[in-house]
Amino acid sequence: MAGKETLKDLEKVARSLRRDIIEMLTAAQSGHPGGSLSATDILAVLYFHEMRIDPLNPDWADRDRFVLSKGHAAPALYAALAHRGYFAKKELITLRKLGSNLQGHPDMERVPGVDMSTGSLGHGLSVAVGMALAGKTDGKTYRVYALLGDGEINEGMIWEGAMAAAHYKLDNLVAIVDSNGLQIDGPTATVMNTAPLSDKWSAFGWQVELADGHDFESLTQALNGLRQNRGRPGVIIARTVKGKGVSFMENKAEWHGVAPNRELADRALAELADPKGDLSYD
Amino acid sequence: MTNLADRIPPKGKKVALREIYGLTLVELGKDNGDVVALDADLSGSTKSSKFARAFPDRFYNAGVAEQNMIGMAAGLAACGKIPFASTFAVFATGRAFEQIRNSVACPRLNVKIVASHAGVDVGEDGASHQAIEDVALMRVLPNMCVLVPADAIEIGQMVYAAAAWDGPVYIRMGRSPVPTIFDDGYTFVIGRAKIVRRPQEGLADVTLIAAGSMVVHCLEAAKRLREEGLEAMVINCSSVKPLDKETIIMAARESGAVVTAEEHSVIGGLGSAVAEVLSESYPVPMAFIGVKDRFGQSGKPAELMEHYALSAEEIVRAAVQVAAVRRTS
Repeated sequence: MAGKETLKDLEKVARSLRRDIIEMLTAAQSGHPGGSLSATDILAVLYFHEMRIDPLNPDWADRDRFVLSKGHAAPALYAALAHRGYFAKKELITLRKLGSNLQGHPDMERVPGVDMSTGSLGHGLSVAVGMALAGKTDGKTYRVYALLGDGEINEGMIWEGAMAAAHYKLDNLVAIVDSNGLQIDGPTATVMNTAPLSDKWSAFGWQVELADGHDFESLTQALNGLRQNRGRPGVIIARTVKGKGVSFMENKAEWHGVAPNRELADRALAELADPKGDLSYD
Repeated sequence: MTNLADRIPPKGKKVALREIYGLTLVELGKDNGDVVALDADLSGSTKSSKFARAFPDRFYNAGVAEQNMIGMAAGLAACGKIPFASTFAVFATGRAFEQIRNSVACPRLNVKIVASHAGVDVGEDGASHQAIEDVALMRVLPNMCVLVPADAIEIGQMVYAAAAWDGPVYIRMGRSPVPTIFDDGYTFVIGRAKIVRRPQEGLADVTLIAAGSMVVHCLEAAKRLREEGLEAMVINCSSVKPLDKETIIMAARESGAVVTAEEHSVIGGLGSAVAEVLSESYPVPMAFIGVKDRFGQSGKPAELMEHYALSAEEIVRAAVQVAAVRRTS
């Protein structure tokens, strides 16, 4: 897979990733479907369109970096990496099993293509700031992407990182907030209201782009907009649907951290089948 | 390192270890372009400010945000840098503990955390600023190397050793000036304890195992013990982790009794580490000199050391007690 997929191809890629996410979680009988499915289209755009990476050379010094700060969306990241050619797709089914490289949350020492171990919420933006600082210090042109959850940004450390990124004028850094509106205990608006989100990031000195996190044109537009950005970091607030693509999971906080049984998985897979039976990205 | 020689005071004269840390970091920065430094608004106190002045493009102030500092250090390390992150020991290991655990130790990132103002020697600032649990917090983390320098010679070598070590390192320093103990010939090696006073073979009645500011007190205690007819072996155990088990077991065999001494809680630090080794391999009567499960308070550093029984006198008292019941077979 070349990595410069057309927007139409990205739909097939994302559907394929979603099917794998369902299969992985069902095999593991644990994990986080809601936030994996809300982030899938964002990961598809990053790994199959936006980022300068080489799956055959995962440690390439000039590669773009990605930090999955919302580490519980690991299944979506693993699916993207496997489909992009970092490791064999058949390994996906080992998710969360004893001895597997595919730990419940990403482990950079075990998985080629994982640029940072994550899982504890709030860490990833600061790490991405460090990576972007290293790039600036060395005069490198790589970009750093961090995917945050909209519940995750309750963490104070996120705002420490946000402050530092603007202070150091890191225009090589892009944060994306997977804004699905739900966290474990319920709607973000009732658990811990972070509105007005755009104003917060603006006030911290970031360029803010709004996007539909399931619309590839909207996402690429936002990413392109931030490429023109000079002297400050950029954030995309991507409006998403938790559990996107599986009707009975959509917008349901209870699907944050439970895996479907086989019967429900089959229903989900039927909904995610390619309408034309095209399995070219499977 | 050579440029530093004239900055290290002769034996017996005092200098603050953070001063030598700052100077050494600059020398290291000249030798190795991958070395960068971070601080959390305390660079004037930790002396990372010396590096900041020498290499402004390789120094990153995180502001009063220790968690972010450790996260940034992890990101820098993930991109091939060798970050030295400094602040006070309480905030480095306490405030940012979980960042160190999950973003540094677990992925084995090459971050060096060098903290100053450890122990009650912080003085007047009181309990909130006196780290007495930092060694315990860092020692419990897999992949973490924990080092406690005793003097200027040792901190200088330790900074270089930490840079050469592939993985996370924690170094804790005090605030006050401490006397130089070792001479130029001293060599610090990670994972090796140093016998700094060795009675003739077969004559040791007790072993004093110390780190940091307590090494000099153990040497003083050994002199006084001799006056009381007891011969003490003294070990500088600056590498708390990895621990030099062989030397510790050898010393216990030879002397039959052990006193540990550290400017840290008696729970979880050097004393615990030594006890873990000996109770499994060669149990001997032990005594623990350290802060006895309580917080510090304001006072002058010397007064506080006395108040918390961190003195040669207390080491002597403990040594006499364990030597009386020492293991002889």
